[in-house]
Order: sequence, then C-alpha cells, then structure tokens
Amino acid sequence: MHRFANPARFQRLATAILPWSAGATVVLLVVGLYFSLFASPPDYQQGDTVRIMYIHVPAAWMSLFVYTNMAIAAACGLVWKHPLADLFAKAAAPVGAGFTAICLITGSLWGAPMWGTWWVWDARLTSVLILFFLYLGYMALVNAFDDPQRGMRAGNVLLLVGIVNVPIIKFSVEWWNTLHQPASVMRMDGPTVAAPMLVPLLIMAVAFTLYFVTVVLLRLRAEIVQRRIQTMRLTQAAE
Amino acid sequence: MTRFLRLVGRDLRLALRQGSDASIAVMFFVLCVVLFPFGVGPEPNILARIAAGVIWVAALLASLLSLERLFQTDYEDGSLELLALSPVPLEAVVLAKTLAHWLVTGLPLIVAAPILAVLLNMDTAGFGTLVLTLAIGTPLLSLIGGIGAALTLGARRGGVLLSLLILPLYIPVLIFGAGAIDASLHGLTPRPHLLLLAGLLAAALPLAPWAGAAALRQAVE
Repeated sequence: MHRFANPARFQRLATAILPWSAGATVVLLVVGLYFSLFASPPDYQQGDTVRIMYIHVPAAWMSLFVYTNMAIAAACGLVWKHPLADLFAKAAAPVGAGFTAICLITGSLWGAPMWGTWWVWDARLTSVLILFFLYLGYMALVNAFDDPQRGMRAGNVLLLVGIVNVPIIKFSVEWWNTLHQPASVMRMDGPTVAAPMLVPLLIMAVAFTLYFVTVVLLRLRAEIVQRRIQTMRLTQAAE
Repeated sequence: MTRFLRLVGRDLRLALRQGSDASIAVMFFVLCVVLFPFGVGPEPNILARIAAGVIWVAALLASLLSLERLFQTDYEDGSLELLALSPVPLEAVVLAKTLAHWLVTGLPLIVAAPILAVLLNMDTAGFGTLVLTLAIGTPLLSLIGGIGAALTLGARRGGVLLSLLILPLYIPVLIFGAGAIDASLHGLTPRPHLLLLAGLLAAALPLAPWAGAAALRQAVE
C-alpha cells in the first residue's frame, strides 16, 4: 500500500491506466446504452419505462460503492496517515454525490408513472437521501478549514461515522415494508432478473465503475499537481 | 471517576454562572412549538395530529442551538489542550462535556415538553411516552451532536456547517421518537420504537465519545 504513497509513482501509474479506463468507459457506455435502450425487451408490465432501471440501478450501486470506498480510504488515512488515501476520499466525493443525485432523480422519474408519485417517505428513499446529505456534508466540511490537511482529517472521521448508513440502505427493503422493491440482483440465491435484462444492466454497472475510476484518477492527478504548485509558490514567496 | 465527575461539575458551573445556554434552549424550544399553531391554523384536531412531530423537531433544533459552543470556548482559551494532556482519556472528556450539555439543555426540554403538549391539544395517552422518548432521545442528540461539534472545531462558519452535518444523523432518532408517541396515541404499544431508541443510545454511548475524541485530536494537534 505504501508503494503508492509516493506521488510521482502514482502519477506514472495513473498516466498508464487513464487512456485504457477512459476508452473502456466510452466503449462500454455506448454498448450498454444500445443494449439497454434498443436491444433489450420491454417489461411485460412496465413497458418501456423499465429502461430507467439501466441508469437507476447502477447509479444506486455506485453511490454505495463510492461511499464504502471513501470510508475505507478514510480509515487508511487516519490509521496509516496515507497521504493519497485522504486525497482519494476528497476526489471521489463529488463523483459519489453525482451518482446519488442521478439515482434519486431517475428513481423519482421512474416512481411517477409506476407508483403514481414522485416521492414517498419510505425507508429506502429516505436513507439514500441521507446518504446524499452525507456526501454534501463531507464536501462542505473538507472545504471549511484554512488548513486543507485538517479539513480532510475531519472529513475522514465524518465518513467513518456515516458508514452506519450503508447497511441501513442495503437492507432497508428487507427490514421495513417499503414501496421500493427488494433486491433482485445481489441475492444469495442468484439474481431473479431475466438474462436479456441482466446483461445490459451489468454492462452499465461496469461502465459506471470505469467512469468512476477514470474521473477519480483525473481528479487525483489534478489535486496532486495543485499541491505541488502551492508548495512551489510558498517556497518562492519564502525566498 | 472523580476526575470525570469534576469535569462534569466544572462544565455545569460554567453553564449555570453564565446562565444563558439552558434558558435560551428552553425558550427557543417553546417559541418554536408556539409558532406552529400560527402557521397551520388553530384547528385542535390538526394540532393534536402533528403535536408529537412538532415537539420532537423543536427539541432537535433546540439541542442543536448550543452545540456549537460545546468545545469552542475551551478550544479558544486553550483549556482543551490542557484537557488533552491531562491523565483523563480524551474519550472521557468528551463524554463528560456531552453529559453536561445534556443536563443543561436536554433536561429542561423534558420538563417543558408536557406543557407544550397541552398547548398543542395532544391526547393525554401520549404524555408518558413523550417524556420517555425525550428522556432516551435527548442524550442521544447530545452524543451525536458532540461528534459534529468536535468535527467543526475551528472551521469557518462552524455553526451552519454543524447543522448541515448533524441534522441528517438526527433523522433516525426523530423517526423512532415520534413513532413511539404516534403508536401510543393510536392505542398500540410504543415498546418496539422505545427499544430501538434505547438500542441507538446503547450504541452511541461508547461509540460517539470515541469518534468525538478522534475528531478533537485532529483539532488540538
């Protein structure tokens, strides 16, 4: 792990990975969108509105995946004072917040024709909304200090406190009677979604993950360069 | 233990001699609740229906009010650094200060709540549960709030930021607190809600001071 604490080594690695992940993101997004919008069958009950699922579900997975990753990075940052772990959490936060917003908006658009309402105060929807606020709170906290280091450490503690929300979101559809349907892909006894729908869904999920990797690498690189510029300016001012 | 109690005593003395925090929290609580009849109209049935939720939301906001200064004054005059250097573990310091915060701002709310319930025309069946949920819930609010206060120590616009961080975390407390009162108003047993609330308190009691102390260490470093 500490191999990658060296920013120069990380920069080289990121430069090597970036074109591949960016290319794969574009290819998979195009393929996934084609499959989900044209080549997959409409649902026998929901008709074409089921296609919202191919955006909504991967975005929901990503919102949890990104938060969990940020929390793990926060733990590494606090325990081992890993410099890149702090920066990773900071770089990933807006992306995660974006996925959560997409999940909430598409869910609302899907709910309007299917449930007859844009929003219900049930456990799943409310807990995802809290996740969204956690992302926003984290970003506000990180930027609230004059010393960026202190902001990121405070943010790390907040991320670890907020991790209690992740299992609540995951199991909210099982613990409470909700309007939101229970999990149908990530189940112990295998997915209950038919293959022609499952394949585009998984392609979209991989595409979203690669998009996340690409954007975070870009943001991390920018963050490191920005730091370097700041240090150079400070040394220049000191001379 | 004596050191812990002495810390609690110190904070209580400070709060009582300055004499503002406790009375401000209660006054805010009362005013906040009194605003609702003006907002939604004086219809007794509507007020009785929303009484539990209104009182709980007001209690939540009232406990938020003085949280900003939980560690702020000690941080500014440097006594927080001395406390961090003292043989008392920082977790115990956080717990002592949250306990004092609850005694100053939480307890008066519990006393004031039944009077406000009368004003809002709440059914008497819910009074016992109201007091009980507040008795379990307000320490929880102080504990969770303590984490936020420690995190935002030394931040720009700390107060606004504090509410942004803490209010989402308050939602479970609000759900079970108001849920218990609603259950007993509808003739159901409030027991499951109360147990969940007590479970949250049992989890927060060791974990929140721990997280708060971790955040304080970053601040005094």
